[in-house]
Amino acid sequence: MGDAYLVNNPLTPNQAIRFDAELCTSCNSCVDVCRCDVLAPSPGPGETPLLVYPDECWFCGCCVAHCPSPGAIRMEHPLCQSVGWKRKETGEHFRIGMQDPPPPNEQPPVGGWGSPSRGR
Amino acid sequence: MARDTANAAGVPPWPYPVRYDSETEAEFDVLIIGGGIAGCHAAINAARAGARVAVLDKGAVIRSGSGGAGVDHWHGAVGNPCCDITPEEFSRVVDTVPFGVTTEYGNGITCYIMAKESYETLLDIEGMGARVRDTNDEFAGAGFRDDDTKLMFAYDYTGRHILRVFGWEFKPALHRELKKLGVTIFDRVMATSLLSEGGAQGARVVGATAVNVRTGEFYSFRAKATVLATAQPLRLWVFSTELQGFAAIHDDPNCAGDGCAMAWHAGGELTLMEKSAPHPGGFRYVAYGSGNSHNTWYPCSIVDADGKEVPWVDRDGGVLETVAERNRPAPGQKYFLYGGRHVREYRAPELVPDLPERLARGEFRLPLYADLPSMPPDERRAIFGLMLAQEGKCRIPVYDVYAQAGFDPEKDLLQAPVMAPDAYGPKPWWAGQPARQWRESGFLVDGGGVVFDWDLRTTLEGCYAAGVQLAGGADHSASACTGRYAGRKAAEYARTARAPAVARAQVDSEKARVYAPVNRTDGVGWKELQAGLCRVMQDYCGEYRDEKTLQLGLEWLDGIRRSELARAHARNPHELMRTLECAVRLTVGETMMHASLARRASSEGLCFKRLDYPEVDPPEWDRLVTVRRRGDAVAARDLPWDYWRRAPYSPQYADNYAAHSGREIGSEG
Repeated sequence: MGDAYLVNNPLTPNQAIRFDAELCTSCNSCVDVCRCDVLAPSPGPGETPLLVYPDECWFCGCCVAHCPSPGAIRMEHPLCQSVGWKRKETGEHFRIGMQDPPPPNEQPPVGGWGSPSRGR
Repeated sequence: MARDTANAAGVPPWPYPVRYDSETEAEFDVLIIGGGIAGCHAAINAARAGARVAVLDKGAVIRSGSGGAGVDHWHGAVGNPCCDITPEEFSRVVDTVPFGVTTEYGNGITCYIMAKESYETLLDIEGMGARVRDTNDEFAGAGFRDDDTKLMFAYDYTGRHILRVFGWEFKPALHRELKKLGVTIFDRVMATSLLSEGGAQGARVVGATAVNVRTGEFYSFRAKATVLATAQPLRLWVFSTELQGFAAIHDDPNCAGDGCAMAWHAGGELTLMEKSAPHPGGFRYVAYGSGNSHNTWYPCSIVDADGKEVPWVDRDGGVLETVAERNRPAPGQKYFLYGGRHVREYRAPELVPDLPERLARGEFRLPLYADLPSMPPDERRAIFGLMLAQEGKCRIPVYDVYAQAGFDPEKDLLQAPVMAPDAYGPKPWWAGQPARQWRESGFLVDGGGVVFDWDLRTTLEGCYAAGVQLAGGADHSASACTGRYAGRKAAEYARTARAPAVARAQVDSEKARVYAPVNRTDGVGWKELQAGLCRVMQDYCGEYRDEKTLQLGLEWLDGIRRSELARAHARNPHELMRTLECAVRLTVGETMMHASLARRASSEGLCFKRLDYPEVDPPEWDRLVTVRRRGDAVAARDLPWDYWRRAPYSPQYADNYAAHSGREIGSEG
């Protein structure tokens, strides 16, 4: 069974970004590059930075791109802004966040991911 | 002011030292307010001219500013070796219609500066270590690439005045150059007011006050010259954090209009403040992230729900049979311009302009899709792999996120937003469909800003401006070029300027204003203020305006200033920044209402409708209206809409550039 606990009413349904505590090295690069200062530094070793103001995020993705540990931060578009696509051959419909998504497309951008940028 | 930074159980303390008591004084030759694209180029060029320079930014300069997250195409590069358009020829576009035609070109001054310096600026950035060419030969032989120089062109492959660039790398390169030149960088520092000689309104600007948005520390900067580079005011009408993030629009959420408000309080003159256009604000879809054929997505094929292709036409409506023709000028046309619907001379190929009618009568069925799989491989890779990976807010949010979710440009049709047929006109579709009262006045509609001359000086001595801060807007390239120019001019002025003398009383009174929200123990929060002032703008400064409602709107804003703003409460330096931005927006909203009152005619180009003056663009109103403070009153004045080629200036662009650009003509390049 799940737990139940009292929290302040969250301001937004969207998380903007999510951390993976296993992969995060608490280096605070994301905190340093965020233009909107929506993050607070990691409180200590082994802890991720804190997403304090998710509703002020600009969705620029610089925190993800400057993260030296690929996968430690993931961007999440708001559900209400999700777009879809259709596979031309089959007519199947897909969208970001769907159940059983198609496999990732791993082609890097023109010129490569570079640095600072997430490496794959 | 000892403060307890610990909070209730379970909530960590404020993570930075709180220094509301501390004031840092510093003096520089040139102070740059705003460290985005324009501010960085201004700082670099002022420093190269020998000035001691500081840059302030609310964010972190390594990525801050509207263009900090990248840029995919670079406008006005007529100086590149593959282009035979002259700067004079190129700049004629802004002389065709009053009030500026598109965001890319600004007015005659910014457009000509861009045409003269755009390619040179790119070479400068290349010298800083960022890439502007296809050095890996990924597009060898492509129709949009010159195989000798490895330059890549966008839109018009014949005119070749727009370059595809690796703009994701630009801002970190500028940041490195600032450090190399010894420019002092103040990250997380928000300027709050301009300081005037003797504290007198309208006098020479001699520096600025600022506050650190993490520590709350106060700064008073003395400077011989100051450059405003804070872009344009945004989010005056729409605020929606609780729905989908307050900032999912294209423009930097830090753009509250700080420079406009500071210039206004100092007695500087603003223009085009009455201009605005519908905008979906935070309700917009992911920028460049839905099926489109515009901008970054140009010239992508569009198909309907049944796979039927929407035709492209030339400037006269003739159907274009091939993809290649979408990147070619029409027969008899030397080159075309992209961005906005231009007069016939410059008009670009486009999707059939009567698509709304065709959708309404059932010729095409929704939803529409961007058909990347049908595009030639080079074009497909250029759109999705190059442009979308370099443009601001696209590399991670679109390229990476979509690819990880399984989107494959070789196989998949990206859906466009599903909207009413009339929304499928020539504007980009990723914005979605705005409500009529949701408006925007900034970057996207080349809206208002400071009045400026051929020196890029504001109407205040010692105060220059660059980038989108300049009334009439411009794009990334124009921001970079005007930044360079303003940096040179500010340094030139500083060389002979008197020492800056700051009036202590002005600093003390600003300090009291800035700290008032943190010195209260309770009061109105910034989100309440922001939402409230947006509602006033929607109601009283919306699509239709008139004397009565505008006057009422001014009363409302003044009421909020005296009541709720006077009770505003901020619990930490971050909230203080947001609260001070609300004060900025209140001021900017007032300037918009004053400017709207001063224009007693409607105008299509300004997207401006006066119910009490319904006549659209009567010839006697083909002029700019300016507003400024004089004491506590507001003074309005007219300027010719093309003041840049009227007396005291020469009708010839080259003469004005030679007289004002701060460089020896013949030596540039």
